[in-house]
Amino acid sequence: MFRSNSDRSIGVGRRIKKVALGLAASLVLATVAHAADDPLKVGFVYVGPIGDHGWTYRHDVGRLAIEKEFGDKVETTFVESVAEGADAERVLRKLAMDGHDLIFTTSFGYMNATNKVAKAFPKIKFEHATGYKRAANVSTYSARFYEGRAVIGTMAGMMTKSNVIGYIASFPIPEVVRGINAFAIAMRKVNPDAEIKVIWVNTWYDPGKEADAAKTLIDQGADIITQHTDSPAALQVAEERGVYGFGQASDMMAFAPKAQLQSIVDDWDPYYIERVKAVMDGTWESQDTWKGIKSGMVGFSEYGQSVPDDVKAAAEVVREGIVDGSLHPFQGPINNQQGEEVVAEGEVLGDDVLLGMNYYVEGVQGSLPK
Amino acid sequence: MLFSLQRRQQPSTFWVFFAPVAALIMTLLAGLVLFGLLGIPAAEAFYAFFIEPVSSLYGLSELGVKAAPLIIIATALSVGFRAGVWNIGAEGQLIAGAIAGAAVALWFYEVDAYFVLPLMILAGMAGGMLWAAIPALLKTRFNANEILTSLMLSYVAALLLSYMVHGPMRDPDGFNFPESRLFHEAATMPVILPGTRLHMGFLVALLLVLCIWLLLSRTMLGFSLKVTGAAPRAGRFAGFSQNGAIWFSLLLGGGAAGAAGLFEVAGPIGQLLPSVSPGYGFTAIIVAFVGRLHPVGVLFAGLLLALSYLGGESAQISLNLPVAVTGVFQGLLLFFLLAADVLILYRVIPRGRRPVIDERTREASRNQPSQAHRSEGNT
Amino acid sequence: MSDDVLVLTLLTIITAATPLVYAAIGELVVEKSGVLNLGVEGMMVCGAVCSFAVVHATGSGILGVVAGAGAGLLLALLFAFISLGLQASQVATGLALTIFGIGLSALAGQQLVGIAYEGLPELNLPVLSELPVLGQLLFSHDALVYGSFMLVAAVWFFLYHTRGGLTLRAVGDSPEAAHSMGINVLRWRYGATLFGGACAGLAGCYLSMAYSPMWIENMTAGRGWIALALVVFATWRPGRLLFGAYLFGSISILQLHVQALGIQIPSQFMSMLPYLATIIVLVIISRDQGRIRQNAPASIGKPFYPAS
Repeated sequence: MFRSNSDRSIGVGRRIKKVALGLAASLVLATVAHAADDPLKVGFVYVGPIGDHGWTYRHDVGRLAIEKEFGDKVETTFVESVAEGADAERVLRKLAMDGHDLIFTTSFGYMNATNKVAKAFPKIKFEHATGYKRAANVSTYSARFYEGRAVIGTMAGMMTKSNVIGYIASFPIPEVVRGINAFAIAMRKVNPDAEIKVIWVNTWYDPGKEADAAKTLIDQGADIITQHTDSPAALQVAEERGVYGFGQASDMMAFAPKAQLQSIVDDWDPYYIERVKAVMDGTWESQDTWKGIKSGMVGFSEYGQSVPDDVKAAAEVVREGIVDGSLHPFQGPINNQQGEEVVAEGEVLGDDVLLGMNYYVEGVQGSLPK
Repeated sequence: MLFSLQRRQQPSTFWVFFAPVAALIMTLLAGLVLFGLLGIPAAEAFYAFFIEPVSSLYGLSELGVKAAPLIIIATALSVGFRAGVWNIGAEGQLIAGAIAGAAVALWFYEVDAYFVLPLMILAGMAGGMLWAAIPALLKTRFNANEILTSLMLSYVAALLLSYMVHGPMRDPDGFNFPESRLFHEAATMPVILPGTRLHMGFLVALLLVLCIWLLLSRTMLGFSLKVTGAAPRAGRFAGFSQNGAIWFSLLLGGGAAGAAGLFEVAGPIGQLLPSVSPGYGFTAIIVAFVGRLHPVGVLFAGLLLALSYLGGESAQISLNLPVAVTGVFQGLLLFFLLAADVLILYRVIPRGRRPVIDERTREASRNQPSQAHRSEGNT
Repeated sequence: MSDDVLVLTLLTIITAATPLVYAAIGELVVEKSGVLNLGVEGMMVCGAVCSFAVVHATGSGILGVVAGAGAGLLLALLFAFISLGLQASQVATGLALTIFGIGLSALAGQQLVGIAYEGLPELNLPVLSELPVLGQLLFSHDALVYGSFMLVAAVWFFLYHTRGGLTLRAVGDSPEAAHSMGINVLRWRYGATLFGGACAGLAGCYLSMAYSPMWIENMTAGRGWIALALVVFATWRPGRLLFGAYLFGSISILQLHVQALGIQIPSQFMSMLPYLATIIVLVIISRDQGRIRQNAPASIGKPFYPAS
């Protein structure tokens, strides 16, 4: 029943002694370089519970991959459901003072807390997911999930009969908008008549609400559902109503054996293993990682049983094009919702624009809050 | 039942102070069972929960950071609860205060002047009061129950905050991510213990405890509020209308919650984020009652509850205890604290034993004012 | 909207409202007895995990429903023991129960995340469910939906047309008077509280077995709080409670429809609508002070312990 972890039995005696040394001493302890025979301590800060079956769950899978890869040479710790705000900084500081060598903070809202604590602990390495502020000991990393959405957008465009795709979105942040747009561009390439209806549910996970949104979109004519929220609820609805859908974050085939066409899978394992190894080898450097399908950070499940061969082939072309660099999901010409060309033929949107994307492209209905 | 309760003739002074001690002992015993079942070394778990978080000056300062908003809100709410005003929407008032205060900080973003922070605090309080004024108005004017209105407005406030940080108040240089600019030095709370995050807000909390204690014990207003809560008609005779009590309680609670919200964004957070409070407004309700609606009790209850949160974090870090176990353990702690208070007003008579017969006891119990609040014993 | 879409939308609304109806009708009975249990969310989430666990283990939907109700009932028993048996503050005990229940459910459900269940079967009533439009709308739901309506009717009948209901209301209005008439106030309050817990458990059970058949931590997502608000909204009357739950459910769903039509209003404001609508309607129906006073249990939340 209890979650297995590498090492929970730390001697009380040792801890009391350590505490007796006080704050100043633990600061020193923490900054002492990592000794060769001690296990490397790796900490994770999660925004949700690991039982969310979505974002946090996938990061925890990555943590377990580290344990599996390095065995006794690492010791991992996680703190779940840490609110973005005042609590984050304290948790980070505690992890730092507790002698962690490498700390992953897995939500955008931890950005300033991560950088603040990193400044106070220059010897400890920090890795912040989905942010943009870096320092000598703070790296950032994120996945180009939009690449995956270009693949599933292609499939949706080919398979829709009603030409209406339902898209359940969480919060209007660039990450989500980027995903909607990449989906829309790919979809329009194969089916210029298809449209996307978006519902913002203002939550990352609330299975009931996600199911409601899916039903609503289907009622309004959508015959394919996709979502940027965590739970498999929308797919379950698709299964029940006999329409198609895509999984999110992990393979959700068990929840929708007929309806799931494909699932984008967050795969943090290789990156986490690579970064832990870098710290062990002393080669860790601050960097900005934004990787996609090629690196495996954005993975896929198997195709669903309902996907015809021509659709599989088309999806593979897009996937391979993205991998070999011949295709970019944000390749011009791209029109905005008003039909004005925002990216000319032959041009490609740069990462700086993608990072802060806050407008819809042609094919998406509705408007974004300004 | 295995036992029955017999009302004491007078509240027991002994148990006023020792009920919490008994509760803590019971919590440790229950903890032994809980951790034993889960295969966690209990001694280490207790150490992580209760000792490690406060074993350094830094830890103590963090306790103050975590407890300050709880104490500020709970102290103010307890006044309203005494008067029978059920403001359970302090969370929304906190958020409204944070938005209003942050608006001032961002408005004066270019201005580095001494007046910015005081103005932010005023705005924070005003924001919270405004949010609390809605239930007050709806209650006094339209008779709409404040439990519903204040709770629903909390959801509305959270969505409003979401709109603000995703829209008008987001950092113009922040790649459209949902956060405001970081506040300038002049717009952040002064730290009272160098090298830590312990800010002025903690002193405000202590000051508020003192003020409310004086208000309740030394002024006519405090007396009237208490009477109003017990019996609205009697309250009117004491010179305080029921509507007055509603307005006073909600504005006090809203102002305090708004200030607490501002202290969070201008203190440890330093900017406006989509989530500014991990539910302080709701937790404060528990703090108020565990503190027996008495300012001094609230102070200790706030510190204890804050400690349990810090303890949960350190238990996760040092023992890899899932946060779920923290919730269960916190629940047990609260159950024991609340249950132990029975000993102040009652004797627990095991089944089969005869109650203590005393003419005066019987008299007292016959006149037991069922509506009087249990906290009256120790005001 | 065509007939089809209208029917489907109404079906979605029924799904959204059903857990609210269960949790709220239980809490209504609790409050009618003079007890305020703010732990609905905690009881509900435990009901959700227990029924899912039992269905997963046994494959029996009926056992799942029983387990859900049982889990809620057990938590309510804990609440009743502390707040009635030991006279602790009801408000604080209820809030503590929520913290406790959320933690307990997460602990119990660790191995259940990611497991699929196809959901409770629909009970298509013979002949009736074949009727055009009405058949689908009224006669092809799972058993829990029919159960929610029957429960509301039963509670209404019990409260206003039986001797027991009269007693329960007396206990909630004036426990002293009830006590002096020889009514065992505590026993009635215990009973009402346990009933409320079982209903909250059923609400959770509906979430994890029918609404979105799965287990995810915190999957109640605040619905217990909405249920609490609905009791107040209903001014403690079962019929109005049904109206309130369906009003809240309708607006929650309709705002999604409006969003999907592509309206130019920020989604946060759309998401506010169910909360704002509930406030506004409450204001409208609250103006008749006398009637509310008649229905509100006068001694709600106030501790009572028999003197001898």
